[in-house]
Amino acid sequence: MLALLAQTQVQIPEIVWSVLWPIVLLSIGGVLLITATSISPRLRVGSFPAAMTIVLAGASLVTLPLIWSKVRDGGGQLPVIADAIRIDAFTLLVTGIMCASLIVVSLLLDDYLRTEGLDGPEWYVLLLMSATGGILMAAANDLIVTFLGLEILSIAVYVLAALHLRRTKSQEAGFKYFILGALSSAIFLYGIAMIYGATGSLRLTDIAQFIASGNSAGLSPLTESSLLLAGMAMLLIGFGFKISAAPFHLWTPDVYEGAPTPVVAFMASAVKAAGMAGLLRVFIVAFGVVAEDWRPVVGAMAILSVVIGAASALGQDNVKRMLAYSSIVHAGFMLVGLYAAASGAAQTGTRSVVFYLFAYAVMSLGTFAAFTLIGGRGDQNHSLSAYVGLSRSNPMVASLLAVLLLAQAGMPFTIGFWAKARVIIAAANGENYVVAAVAMVAAVVAAFVYLRLIVTMFMISEPDEAGEAEASGAQLRISRSGLFALGIAAAATMIWGLFPGFGGDWFGEATRALLELR
Amino acid sequence: MGNVAEVIVFLISGAIVLGGGLGVILNRNPVHAALSLIASFFGVAVLFISQEAHFLAFVQVVVYGGAIVVLFLFVIMLLGVDRAEQVRVEQLSMQRPLAIVTGVMLFGLAMGGLFLSGPGGEEGAVAATGQQSAMVPIDETEPNVRQLGLDLFTRNVLAFEATAILLTIATVGAVVLVRNEGAEDLVVDEPGTSIG
Repeated sequence: MLALLAQTQVQIPEIVWSVLWPIVLLSIGGVLLITATSISPRLRVGSFPAAMTIVLAGASLVTLPLIWSKVRDGGGQLPVIADAIRIDAFTLLVTGIMCASLIVVSLLLDDYLRTEGLDGPEWYVLLLMSATGGILMAAANDLIVTFLGLEILSIAVYVLAALHLRRTKSQEAGFKYFILGALSSAIFLYGIAMIYGATGSLRLTDIAQFIASGNSAGLSPLTESSLLLAGMAMLLIGFGFKISAAPFHLWTPDVYEGAPTPVVAFMASAVKAAGMAGLLRVFIVAFGVVAEDWRPVVGAMAILSVVIGAASALGQDNVKRMLAYSSIVHAGFMLVGLYAAASGAAQTGTRSVVFYLFAYAVMSLGTFAAFTLIGGRGDQNHSLSAYVGLSRSNPMVASLLAVLLLAQAGMPFTIGFWAKARVIIAAANGENYVVAAVAMVAAVVAAFVYLRLIVTMFMISEPDEAGEAEASGAQLRISRSGLFALGIAAAATMIWGLFPGFGGDWFGEATRALLELR
Repeated sequence: MGNVAEVIVFLISGAIVLGGGLGVILNRNPVHAALSLIASFFGVAVLFISQEAHFLAFVQVVVYGGAIVVLFLFVIMLLGVDRAEQVRVEQLSMQRPLAIVTGVMLFGLAMGGLFLSGPGGEEGAVAATGQQSAMVPIDETEPNVRQLGLDLFTRNVLAFEATAILLTIATVGAVVLVRNEGAEDLVVDEPGTSIG
């Protein structure tokens, strides 16, 4: 036996631990958190789990510049662990989004759990692990790692959606999300198998090379490898479900409505950003060469998403459902950017999507933070009528929410304007005038939805109604941590709205990192 | 005549796989359906062996034929064997025909992918699965399981580790969700909740 062991020469891949800090901190930190709180029940109550989550996410944020300087010295690309993941500017940007989202959601969740009379570090453990999955997904250079990242990200969120054990609506949301999500994951996995069959590799860079060599030999995948095409279609379904793009969006309104609001903030920011990041990496890096083949499908998904999302948002009376449909519109906008990237405007298109996913994470975090505060105990005040006269009872929350909603609508001087403008410009650069026009019309329709909510908040109502509204508004107990979270998001919206290049050219670097790989 | 033997093995185990599959959907008794599933899994295991994928065959029997079907049986027994669901009534109209249509489309997609693929033309199926081997070339002298193990701990070590996180999440999630605290004051107040 020992002799057998001795003859085996195992080439252990080199692991550069120093660039893996965020992944290590978040995943090991999650395990430590659940261990510590299991050993000492005193730690279960109080703010310890939230504080630990914030510290872990903050520490990961701090390591990002250090890692970046290392990556830049290494030429912008750092293959880590046998090239299964790539640490580059894009990975670091998505890591940053994940950590910011973790911090904001923990701030919200701490107070939410206390008001609801729930306890449990499990919420934070699942959030930490889920964020790890998101980072893996964005970093993956291997379809198996992409899939594992997707599953880690999603399964934690299925549980989180259902974790308000006393509310049947939360249970229903978790169950729906789980059933549909499991189906989409199965399709995704089937797609991976087909891609492997067609190209003989799971590494994104190898797949790209294989397809490129076939292309230069005069073989077009469209006619020669329907296996590859089927695989790409199935991957697109899996990603489309995660980012809730039409026609795979049907779960979104129900889940957003039923799930605990802080969890929805995580879903809208981190889960969508990670899904989009995975989609970008797989389709730009591995299938960038055959963009011609997947372009029409992405275009159709983009148009369907913006149209269906905007049209359905109009008729909603529940603000969480409204914002669920709006998140479908935003997914559509990101796909418009991807469509542009596939049709000639590779640089501007990819860059617009990268910026958009950052912008949407910021805006959705803030918006759902406000909804958490206004929703109050038992997530009850989510009907539009609960917002009447909010500007008088809670002027601070109302005005910050108004800023965030205007940003979502694409108002100039906010981050949302630059996000939308860049996507439209990219689409025009790629000469996709039809898609650009449809997206603009949908943006106008969606803007009406946000304005309706803003008008409701600032509405001066009839005397008797106003008294009632103020009575319901007066009950609002705004937690300091929640208000702080809302403030951060609103400030970020304005800072990047006024100075879109604030903090250096991350978005350009991230785009370069993606495009270099093909 | 190794080829003839291979064809015979393929035909027999293929028949078992298909028969088991049909048994799963046609049996009215859920326990019989689960047992048919085992038959189908065993057929697949034999097919794996004939492809010299010994490890896969082994896993197929232990994990699928063993653990997963036993889990199915547990659930069926816990829910009550005799409580057969009324499947003849359609909950959603048009659901069944739509399911059949999409099923056929998916089958067509898979078959199309398999047979129209690759530069091989009539030999498309060969091209689809054998274009290039990105793993270490299959070494005849080394046992299958050993090659797989080496691959798992070198090229795919990260995926292996990430699975640990996945399992942790699954455990935490399952434990948290089945905790029964607070079940007495369940809130079913929201409109539109379709429970009860």
